[in-house]
Amino acid sequence: MDLAHFLDTFFRPDLIRSSIPLIGKGMLITIQIAVAVVITGFALGFAFAIVRARGIKAINALIIIFVDVLRALPPLVPVLLIYFGLPGLGINLSSFAVLWLVLSLVLAAFVEEIIWAGILSVRKGQWDAARSTGLGFLPMLTHVILPQAVRLTIPPLTNRTIAITKNTALGTVIGVGEILNQATTAVSFSGNATPLMVGAFAYLFIFIPVVMLGGWIERRFAWKRA
Amino acid sequence: MDLIAQQFFNLDIMRQAWPLILKGLTMTLLICAAVIPLGLAGGLLVALASQAKSAVLRRAVSACITLFRALPPLVLLILIYAGLPFAGIRLSPFMAVCLAFLLNNASFYGEIFRAGIESVGRGQWEAARSTGLRGPQIMAHVILPQAVRNVLPDLVSNTIEVVKLTSLASVVALPELLHSAEMARSVTYNSSPVVLAAGIYLLLLWPFVRLMSRLEHRVAQ
Repeated sequence: MDLAHFLDTFFRPDLIRSSIPLIGKGMLITIQIAVAVVITGFALGFAFAIVRARGIKAINALIIIFVDVLRALPPLVPVLLIYFGLPGLGINLSSFAVLWLVLSLVLAAFVEEIIWAGILSVRKGQWDAARSTGLGFLPMLTHVILPQAVRLTIPPLTNRTIAITKNTALGTVIGVGEILNQATTAVSFSGNATPLMVGAFAYLFIFIPVVMLGGWIERRFAWKRA
Repeated sequence: MDLIAQQFFNLDIMRQAWPLILKGLTMTLLICAAVIPLGLAGGLLVALASQAKSAVLRRAVSACITLFRALPPLVLLILIYAGLPFAGIRLSPFMAVCLAFLLNNASFYGEIFRAGIESVGRGQWEAARSTGLRGPQIMAHVILPQAVRNVLPDLVSNTIEVVKLTSLASVVALPELLHSAEMARSVTYNSSPVVLAAGIYLLLLWPFVRLMSRLEHRVAQ
């Protein structure tokens, strides 16, 4: 395959131009889902970790089951289960809502687990000291325990968040109009691989800075080994 | 409640789908048997290359790692499966899955091995050299065994992710576990086969997920 033919197949200028608006639309949706997932996933995950710190056995058992299940299942399984299963119960969610819901729950599970490990890492004396100053449960957690717990959790939280926001590409399977979906649709219309390449570059455009930032955060907050 | 039982936990439909699901499970295990060793070997090579003397090689490896960490694995898979045929390269779904996951996993395992190698103290290199060992011998007999032990939890954790990733193969119509369950679902208009598949994934992965939490909490305490 000579260079001209290669360029014509993967980087045809007119198709690059025509697919940029479509892929741009997809990027907007990808970013929207990613941001929504990060907000709800972190809020839920922190909430679960705080509830778990209360130490009520029955509730903790439920949290642990929830966290374990979502950590063990490939995210595509609950996506398909909810998207195709719930209509049978008369509940219709949009594909966007399903993807957002599932990825939020998966992120929440990982966040809970990581924050919980962080909370456990704070020595018992800190709890006793905080209690002795007369702090209630929540102020104790937010002012004394979590600030010490969080440092340890930042690298794994960053890695996990990146991995889960990349899973927005799964939306293409249930027809969310994100980047990959726009790209594959455009490929089937044009019979040319150019839109797919534009889509790949769109992902790189979004995620290379995120991955590099993640690497920096990891080095910045890593435990220094002797 | 009945409706939920009917739609998600229909034992009759699960029984009918069972042979198909079992075939899917075999394929999933086959994919794992191919991509986990490939990823580990690729990752080790990547990590060794990242320690190379040549700065050009180190830069190139680091750029490749960033590239394949930034591309979602599904995008990589579709690029290979749907994009390469335009260049006249037609891979079977199984080969496409192997290649995509090799590129993706080698980057992730590579980063883990690299962190492991860098966690072994300078003194170990010097002590090994003083006994008369040479570079490759030092790496193989002194550094790597300690490096792997230091990052074993991360290796296990990443391997769980790799097993979960195999479900993406369903998108390129490779009849693995999830794909078989989806076929059964679309024929029966009932989600029970997918619930069954979910149960099998849990059975496979839950012990390792539990082990990981144990390890993480022990490190924390």
